Formats: sequence, structure tokens, C-alpha cells
Amino acid sequence: MSLQRTDVEKIAHLARIALSEEDIPVYTRTLSDIFALVEQMNSIDTTGITPMAHPLDATARLRADEVSETNQRDSFQSIAPQVEAGLYLVPKVIE
Amino acid sequence: MHEKTLAELSELLHQRKISSVELTQHFLQRIERYDGQLNSFVTVTPELALEQARAADARLQAGTAGKLTGIPLAQKDIFCTAGVKTTCGSKMLDNFIAPYNATVVEKCNAAGMVMLGKTNMDEFAMGSSNETSYYGAVKNPWDVKAVPGGSSGGSAAAVAARLAPIATGTDTGGSIRQPAALCNLTGLKPTYGLVSRYGMIAFASSLDQGGPMAHSAEDVALLMETITGFDKRDSTSLDRPVENYSSQLNQSIEGLRIGVPKEYFGEGLDPEVAKVLETSLKEFEQAGATVHEVHLPNNQLAIPVYYIIAPAECSSNLSRFDGVRFGYRCENPKDLIDLYKRSRGEGFGAEVKRRIMIGTYALSAGYYDAYYLKAQQLRRVLTQDFTDAFKQVDVLFGPTSPTVAFNIGEKVDDPVTMYLSDIYTIAVNLAGIPALSLPAGFAHNRPVGMQLIGNYFSEGRLLNIAHQYQQRTDWHSRTPASFA
Repeated sequence: MSLQRTDVEKIAHLARIALSEEDIPVYTRTLSDIFALVEQMNSIDTTGITPMAHPLDATARLRADEVSETNQRDSFQSIAPQVEAGLYLVPKVIE
Repeated sequence: MHEKTLAELSELLHQRKISSVELTQHFLQRIERYDGQLNSFVTVTPELALEQARAADARLQAGTAGKLTGIPLAQKDIFCTAGVKTTCGSKMLDNFIAPYNATVVEKCNAAGMVMLGKTNMDEFAMGSSNETSYYGAVKNPWDVKAVPGGSSGGSAAAVAARLAPIATGTDTGGSIRQPAALCNLTGLKPTYGLVSRYGMIAFASSLDQGGPMAHSAEDVALLMETITGFDKRDSTSLDRPVENYSSQLNQSIEGLRIGVPKEYFGEGLDPEVAKVLETSLKEFEQAGATVHEVHLPNNQLAIPVYYIIAPAECSSNLSRFDGVRFGYRCENPKDLIDLYKRSRGEGFGAEVKRRIMIGTYALSAGYYDAYYLKAQQLRRVLTQDFTDAFKQVDVLFGPTSPTVAFNIGEKVDDPVTMYLSDIYTIAVNLAGIPALSLPAGFAHNRPVGMQLIGNYFSEGRLLNIAHQYQQRTDWHSRTPASFA
């Protein structure tokens, strides 16, 4: 399978990754190579096979709905790029 | 002192013939002297190490010490350490100091082990050569022109050069076993769920598993007893009692049925590597094991399946790196989308971006069934191949890697070629079963690893088989001449 430049631009946008002009042809080539490899999956008919999501087919463990953690906001925000008054700051979203 | 096993060091510490401070200083001096050539550590923590060593000496004095109290180790820089930088080999986390310890780190601390530092790795554990690290490539102590393997390449190089007696690694598609093979170490990827993933930065959550990297199976067993166990903070942790692996090491392997998958010895395997492995098989036969040909008919599909599942999970896991709550943020973002895009575009390296994009595409509208669902179905097919093989034999034997360590720069521009070097390790992660790599000899003057694959929870048996082999051979105890 061969991807086009526009495909890569679209994927990069969905992934929220800025690519430089010179990177786009490189990703177009390497992603095409990888999806060509992935095509081999079609050599086997998998009709009726249950998809396997977990190695031991385990299901999520449930626990009682009890408070188990303490508030660590200050500690977590101490490593944030920009905070003010307990809030994370980002560029203005609403004009 | 640096050539001794963990059991020997433990005995010296308990007999008070050496102190943990002396032992720690010895390894810190070796790191200082040799790591310039290897680049195996991202962060060395001498002050913390000496503080932990003093505490360990106090426990040894007070008689409250355990088997590993006072033993130094290196932690892969994917395990979060409170107060010490955790980079995951990425510019994205170059300034990241985790607010908490990973469970693996907590358990090592509780055992009284001494952390020497954090080891270099492929960025976010994505790589097979340790060349994708933001902190530069790691060199193989057996030949500094060669890669140490990856992603746990720093841990492998540090232990191989005896800059640390043991280290932790993580294995998503071979990242413990392949560097262990390329650096002449014993490394174990446990059954999925045995080692807590809490605080272990996630790459592909249904495949990631932490484990030990050391010289011998005996040393690996000791660390396994320390880092395994149920953890309520990891929703996929298995609620099972911790096993005593050491007590199983001396069992006989008389009558052991070894399966040799025909698919592991076909095209692509270096004939010199194959020759080394034939010799190892004979050694097992002399010890009373029997050898049987088996089949893993769909093994060639493991790589395509993996390169959908792992990137899909990675694209989801790595969406948390958004430049808002922690990690790298770009300069002067003009709006929120620009903040996300440039923080991620500048903070992630090429391979990480590539894998996020593969996963994003595979999970995008209209492609989910063709890629992700299909891969999950084939994952069951691959797992069934192992189930069928284990009806006939106790353990599978084969190469860990198709070649010995390749040269730095050799495969870095061609991801598909790089991915194919994981052909023997990847299916194990998809099935969630344990596998171990151990030294088998040398080819082209570089180490060769053999892989033993077992059924779920067969770690004790795998370590036992490896230990029996290591009682009869001395490959595992060799040290590269420049680091003796």
C-alpha cells in the first residue's frame, strides 16, 4: 500500500504532530513501507475468530468505590510548564 | 568485586566482609571511569546511592537485611523515580521529575537495594538498537562499533561492562531479550501481569512487561523474587503469590522435552549463529533433555500484527504528552492546536512520531476493522500456535536475534529492516508468555543469545533450565576485555 503526501499530512494532523516540510517525504516513504509489510496480515482468513485484547483474556478487576488517593495537586502542578492559581495555563481558546 | 554474582555479593555483605558503601563506591567509580565510552546512563545518582548504601549497612548491622539489601542496581529510565529525573530517552521528558516511584522501584527500595542511576534506552522504548535515544546511542561493551540492542540497551551495556551488577529492563517486543543476547546477558521477560506496570511509562499496555537483566539465571531469579507480586495500582496485575524461583534452579532437566520451532531456523538466520545454537542444543541433550521439531506456522505474521497493535496502543498512550500538564512545551504557541502540534512535533523523535502516526492511521475511521481488529484476531491465531506447541513439548528453544549485534548506523534509516530483526521475540509478547535469553557463545566475535520460551507462569522452569546450562558452560561469566 502506498500513502500519498496528503495522507501523511492528514494523519499528522489527527495525531497532533507538526511535521517539517523536509520530513513529510521521509514519513510518506517509511509509512508506506510499513503498511506494505502489514498487508501480509491479509494472507490469512480470520472470519469467525474472536479478537484477543488481553494476553490472558482477563477482564478488568473491580473494586469498591472508596476514596483511596489524597489530593496531590500542588505536587503534580509543580512539574507543569505553566500554572496559575491551581490552573493549567494554555493559549486563549475562546475569543 | 564487580565480577561476583549477586549471591556472592550478598554473602560478603551479610558476613560484613564488605560494606554496601564500599560496594556502591566501587561501581560508581567504574561508571565514572568507563561510561564515557558507552553512554549507558542518562542519570547517575551518586548521592542517593550512597545514602541508600548507608541505610543498607545499618540494616545489615541490625540483622534486618534481606537477600538483596545493599546490592547496587541500575534502573531503566522508563521507571518513574520520585525526585530523580525520568526521561524515557526523550526530549519530551528531558525535564520530567516524577511525583512518585514506580512499583518496581518501590520494591527494590523496600528490599534495601541501592540505585546507581537511570539507564539510557530507545526513546519511549521504541527501537531495537538504542539509537533512537535523545541522549545518543549506547555502545556495546563487546565492540564499541556495535549497537547494544534495544530498547533496554543502556541497562544491557551497563551490566555487560560490569558498571552495575544487575539492572531492570522492559520488554514490549523483545526489549529485554534482544539486548541481553547482543551483550552476553541473561534477561527474562515474565508472563504478562507478573511485574507491576505502575509507574513504568507506557508504550503498548497489553504487551509491556518489566523484568531483570543480569549475568546469570541465578541473579535474575533473585531480582524476580523482589519485583514480582500483585499490585492493586496496576489494573492488569495478576493476583498470585510470589514464587521462590531460586529454590527451583537446581532441579534436574533429565527428560525435559525441548521443542525447536522449524520456523526459527529458516531464512534470515545467520548460519554462524545457527551453528552456535546447535552446540547449545547438544549440551542440553547431554544433560538428559530430548529435542523435538515443532511448528509455529504463523510466526512470520507476528511482525505485521505487532506493528499494528503496538503503534495503536502507543498512539493512545502517548496522547498524554500534550505540552500542558508536564513535559516539553514549545515556545510561543499561537493557539491550543499549535501548542499540541509543535510540542509533540519538537518533543518526540522520528521513530516515536512514526509509530504514533501508524497507530493513528490504523485506528482512524474506516480503517479500524482492516487493521486493528484483524491484528487482534491474528493475535489469537499466533497465541494458539504456542498453545499447540506446548501440548507436545515443555519449552521452546531458538535464537533470540537472527544476527549478532549490528554496527551503529547500519539499519537506522530503514525501519522495516530494523523491525524484522525482532522476528523471534515479538510473538511472545503478543501471547503474553514468558521467555528468557541467555548467552550461548560467540559468532563474528560478538555474543550470541539463545531464547527459551515457556508457557504461562513457567518462569521457574525457564530459570532452572538456564541455570543448569550455566552450570555446564561459562559463556555467561565472561567479561569484555576492555572492561575487565
